[in-house]
Amino acid sequence: MSKQPILEIENLHAGVENKQILKGFNLTINAGEVHALMGLNGSGKSTLAAILAGRDGYDVTEGTVKYLGKDLLELDPEERAREGVFLAFQYPVEIPGVNSTYFLKAALNEIRKSKGQPELDAIEFLELVKDKIKLLELKDDLLKRSVNEGFSGGEKKRNEIFQMAVLEPRLAILDETDSGLDIDALKIVSTGVNKLKRPDSAQLVITHYQRLLNYIVPDFVHVMADGRIVKSGGKDLALELEANGYEAILKS
Amino acid sequence: MSTATDTIESLVKQEYKYGFVTDVESESTPPGLNEDTIRHISTKKNEPVWLTDWRIKAFRYWQTMKEPTWQFVKYPKIDFQDISYFSQPKPKGDAPKSLDEVDPKLLETYEKLGIPLRERGRLAGVAVDAIFDSVSVGTTYREDLAKKGIIFCSFSEAVHNHPDLVKKYLGSVVPYTDNYYAALNSAVFTDGSFCYIPKGVRCPMELSTYFRINAAKSGQFERTLIVADESASVSYLEGCTAPMRDENQLHAAVVELVALDQAEIKYSTVQNWYPGDENGVGGIYNFVTKRGLCKGKNSRITWTQVETGSAITWKYPSCILLGDGSKGEFYSVAVVNNMQQADTGTKMIHIGKNTKSTIVSKGISAGRGQNSYRGLVEIRKSAANSRNFSQCDSMLIGAKCGAHTFPYIEVKNTSSSVEHEASTSKIGEDQIFYCNARGLSTQDAVNMIVNGFCKEVFKELPMEFAVEAQKLLGVSLEGSVG
Repeated sequence: MSKQPILEIENLHAGVENKQILKGFNLTINAGEVHALMGLNGSGKSTLAAILAGRDGYDVTEGTVKYLGKDLLELDPEERAREGVFLAFQYPVEIPGVNSTYFLKAALNEIRKSKGQPELDAIEFLELVKDKIKLLELKDDLLKRSVNEGFSGGEKKRNEIFQMAVLEPRLAILDETDSGLDIDALKIVSTGVNKLKRPDSAQLVITHYQRLLNYIVPDFVHVMADGRIVKSGGKDLALELEANGYEAILKS
Repeated sequence: MSTATDTIESLVKQEYKYGFVTDVESESTPPGLNEDTIRHISTKKNEPVWLTDWRIKAFRYWQTMKEPTWQFVKYPKIDFQDISYFSQPKPKGDAPKSLDEVDPKLLETYEKLGIPLRERGRLAGVAVDAIFDSVSVGTTYREDLAKKGIIFCSFSEAVHNHPDLVKKYLGSVVPYTDNYYAALNSAVFTDGSFCYIPKGVRCPMELSTYFRINAAKSGQFERTLIVADESASVSYLEGCTAPMRDENQLHAAVVELVALDQAEIKYSTVQNWYPGDENGVGGIYNFVTKRGLCKGKNSRITWTQVETGSAITWKYPSCILLGDGSKGEFYSVAVVNNMQQADTGTKMIHIGKNTKSTIVSKGISAGRGQNSYRGLVEIRKSAANSRNFSQCDSMLIGAKCGAHTFPYIEVKNTSSSVEHEASTSKIGEDQIFYCNARGLSTQDAVNMIVNGFCKEVFKELPMEFAVEAQKLLGVSLEGSVG
């Protein structure tokens, strides 16, 4: 059985205001796979995440991005989300006064609507989230608070993964979800992510440090430098990176 | 410049769904204002001499006054001789004795506005006085209310049926000398609502007045008077809409509230007068004086307003905290889009001891709108141990709008405390993108963010109204962000 490609990025060149950041980036992610993307600050990891999610202000000058066979770059960010692309933000945004439950219910119902499924009412929704919130060991009162407002750094990140658990994306992009997490939070987040792994979906885990990969075991590890992938391998590559540092890999 | 900011420009458009005109034959007095006009209105309404005299005094005083210019709004000079001061749907035969006899076209109008007046479709739990141009069309549930001794009727009826109450309280909170538009209103007011809650009665339902301007070239000048006797309480709602017309129309109302010992009055407004088009053509000038007197001990008056309409809004619902231990509250959301201008806020005048006031103002500016908060907190020498808390937040959507804050604070004793907090924020592209990335459209994202911003005010509104207000906010800001 051949694997279904979820994401196919070919020769992607992109940047902001005449500054090239991605310079010929290639990556294919198939269903059921977890890919880790590593690299130094400024190598273009977060730019890639932003472009995949559809953030404004980036110019794609060359290359293609296909998601489930469709041209991803043609879609508005909300359309991408409805089709199953999920970005766990590096810096989740606070929305004062907007109840977390209400926000997430609206998001889920947009996705359901686009799939032709009936919208969930408040009671059905609460039933659904009850199990998911345990998965991330989040406090119940989080759902009553405003979106990310007054959350600690760790709570914000866990909340992102909680949203991911509820929205069940086909492609989850985790942008440095590990940064700012202590080791306990890291374990909880990783356990959550591992449990969310499904044969028909894929994950792209962007990280600066190897330590996240102790808990989330990737099928592939890619090292990024200067806007493209310079080395790919299995999870051993991450260990090698940890032992010898980026310099050694970039030189080899 | 990001593309999001560029598209803000191209998307400023808005639909006003109450802009229809009711095709009803009306009789209007010809434009013009002099003592004869006033006598004409008074005669038309068959008023007692004392009221005619009061009007004339007000008119003479008005003639000595100058139009105020201190407010932060711009508009061409109003020609007061070019306005028709009295307009009513032409009566067919005798005056209708019950709502069933009211012209079906008028009932249809209110149905279209979501305010069914007929017995069968009436809103449950809300009694409505419907004002069409210069007259009251009808009042629902009045018999039910009468059983509890509550008087709820049009102002004209009150003048005839309860002259003592009207005489006692009319102008007692807003005297005709108060300001230019209050003086004008006192001279030419046509109708409005009157409400009296007797001692110890909690009004069992929401009372409401729905104002509709229909006729062209006319102004609407109504007066509302609400009196809550000792330990009485009432929640009152006010809604307003008008057809889309190219010329500006003046709405200069006066609302007076009186709360006696331990009484509570909650007055909520959802103001949605026609705001004019995106180029600022047409729309209502909403120049309104609203004031409540906490006359008795431990009385309480709460103003909640959601101001989304009008070309220009000029109003400062205020509280005079005369009774010891009385409380005044003001919760406001004011939205300006396109070319709208708003100069609104409140005055809290602390006179009694241990008085408390709270001000929460949320201003939202989009398009080329200008939004000003103007507020006075005055704590007099007599008002020992008084407290005020004010919070004024402004939100900007787009780069061409403005938000302004003019707080005035006067404290004349040393035992009182005043707190003022203010913030201005721009609706963040980061916030919008975050919502987008979760599948929400930009318009839904803006509505959600704005509603979150206004939450503290919306929670003060009666339930049905809160839902309406949220929807309204969505319509008002439609297309304000790309």
